[in-house]
Amino acid sequence: MARKLLLITATVAALAALNYIFEYGLGDFQINPYYARIINLIGINITLAVSLNLINGLAGQFSIGHAGFMAVGGYTAAYLTVNAGSSIAAAFGASVTDPIGASIVMVPSLLAGAAAAALAGLVVGIPSLRLKGDYLAIVTLGFSEIIRVIILNIPAVGGATGYTDAIPITNFFWIFSMAVLTIVITRNIAVSTFGRALFAIRSDEIAAEAMGINTTHNKVMAFVISAGLAGVAGGLSGQLFANPLSPQNLNFVRSIEVIVMIVLGGIGSITGAVLGATTLTILPEALRTFDQQFPGLRMVIYALLLILLMIFRPQGLLGRREFTWAWLRPIRKRPVLE
Amino acid sequence: MSSAPLLVARNVTMRFGGLTAVKSLNMSIPRYSLHGLIGPNGAGKTTVFNVLTGVYDPTEGEIEFDGTHIERKTPYEITKLGAARTFQNIRLFADMTVLQNVMTAHHLRARQRLVDAVIRTRASQKEERETRERAMELLKIFNLDQFADEPATSLPYGSQRRLEIARALATEPKLLLLDEPAAGMNPLESRELMRLIRWLRDEMKLTILLVEHNMKVVMGICETIQVIDYGEQIAIGTPGEIQKNPKVIEAYLGGG
Repeated sequence: MARKLLLITATVAALAALNYIFEYGLGDFQINPYYARIINLIGINITLAVSLNLINGLAGQFSIGHAGFMAVGGYTAAYLTVNAGSSIAAAFGASVTDPIGASIVMVPSLLAGAAAAALAGLVVGIPSLRLKGDYLAIVTLGFSEIIRVIILNIPAVGGATGYTDAIPITNFFWIFSMAVLTIVITRNIAVSTFGRALFAIRSDEIAAEAMGINTTHNKVMAFVISAGLAGVAGGLSGQLFANPLSPQNLNFVRSIEVIVMIVLGGIGSITGAVLGATTLTILPEALRTFDQQFPGLRMVIYALLLILLMIFRPQGLLGRREFTWAWLRPIRKRPVLE
Repeated sequence: MSSAPLLVARNVTMRFGGLTAVKSLNMSIPRYSLHGLIGPNGAGKTTVFNVLTGVYDPTEGEIEFDGTHIERKTPYEITKLGAARTFQNIRLFADMTVLQNVMTAHHLRARQRLVDAVIRTRASQKEERETRERAMELLKIFNLDQFADEPATSLPYGSQRRLEIARALATEPKLLLLDEPAAGMNPLESRELMRLIRWLRDEMKLTILLVEHNMKVVMGICETIQVIDYGEQIAIGTPGEIQKNPKVIEAYLGGG
């Protein structure tokens, strides 16, 4: 227990220190805002990919509406910050616009986003996960489109123009704390009896039920957690910089992006999802140089790389395996696992 | 209580549209008995099995297991009450190891809640260790412990069948329902299986329902044998009686 506390404290301290460098620099060093933006996006995409991997990879239930839960979480979180943020910050003697105040407001804002998205997950999950098969894909697709259309028609949150009132309070610290939290939650689930129940459902639902596993209950729980974490990612990305929350940014294409991340990393592997999220956030940016000669060439190369990868490594970069530190040791020194 | 039969089925009928797969079947399985259910191909054995384990809800009739009505219960509820099954066409969790297969079946007896798993409490970690130890013990009984970390599907066929039984036992059942466990086994393997089944009943104090096609297996170990054909019971009795029963002979060899 003491070790666990120490680990948590060390992680928080490290993230806070990095956050300080992000905001104020270190001596003469100032982080390039363009790189800072990409790093923050990596953190958010890790949260998204790892949470989607919980339901798609571990439980084997294909959800293709992650952007919908992101939208629910994002708009809820931003709405709370806009309407109650200043009074919450004031209660602690701070202001939403200063870093301390922003970090304080982030807590209730993200919690509200997570709760709203988890509730949406429960509403969508209960009817569609009672069935065996791929019904979840259709329902989640429909759900995310419905959410998008509903947001388009709510003037209070900006409708089609996007939520221009949203206050950018997200910082590096919260983005990566949530990414780490998502990884830890998913990993702990994967090594528990609950995780084994999910693997069993993925492998053979009839056999799982015969072994006493309440398949609907377990699938819904995994789906609700996944949706809640997507809501956290929505709350983070929605308040990252000015005006990112708009129905166009949270459409079907965004959902597909996250799916591509976990497929690329190796569906079912948590470290694979992290790798996929990192690679697919950096790759389109790294390919920007090609656009200088031929505008649009970047996306052609991007697509080509994905196609080649799926031809030569259809199981994704890591497959279902997890990266462990043992991989870095010379082969003869590795502990014998099997 | 303990003298009452463990499983009682009364007038169980199962209809699929116009087809009656099982017709007013009665069944009574005493505790610690080895009960055999046999019949020619298409007699409705697997349907009976699926009705008893909750895969199908019977159209009519009632089933009582250990004093609880189970005719409208789901498979996982029935397993939780203490009736575990194996499958005719092996259904192991293919992407898990041998050990994980058995550990998974212990899920329903787990005390930890989802929150415990997420924050990995000390109690949940202790329970994980216990589950692993119990699973290893079961694997030892079935002589599979040396393959604990191998993928389940890499085992030879006969061992996969034994693993399925080990997995069923991990749910801590009172009644073990075996659906054609000897299917696809060679004579040596099936003889070994018979010994194992008898041992399970004697040593682990289980009640066993055996649905089998292989006459030798059933005749060798069952105390009571129930024969069905076209979904109806045509005979019931000891192996000796069944072997001489003209109706059974006709059902299996065809009438003249």
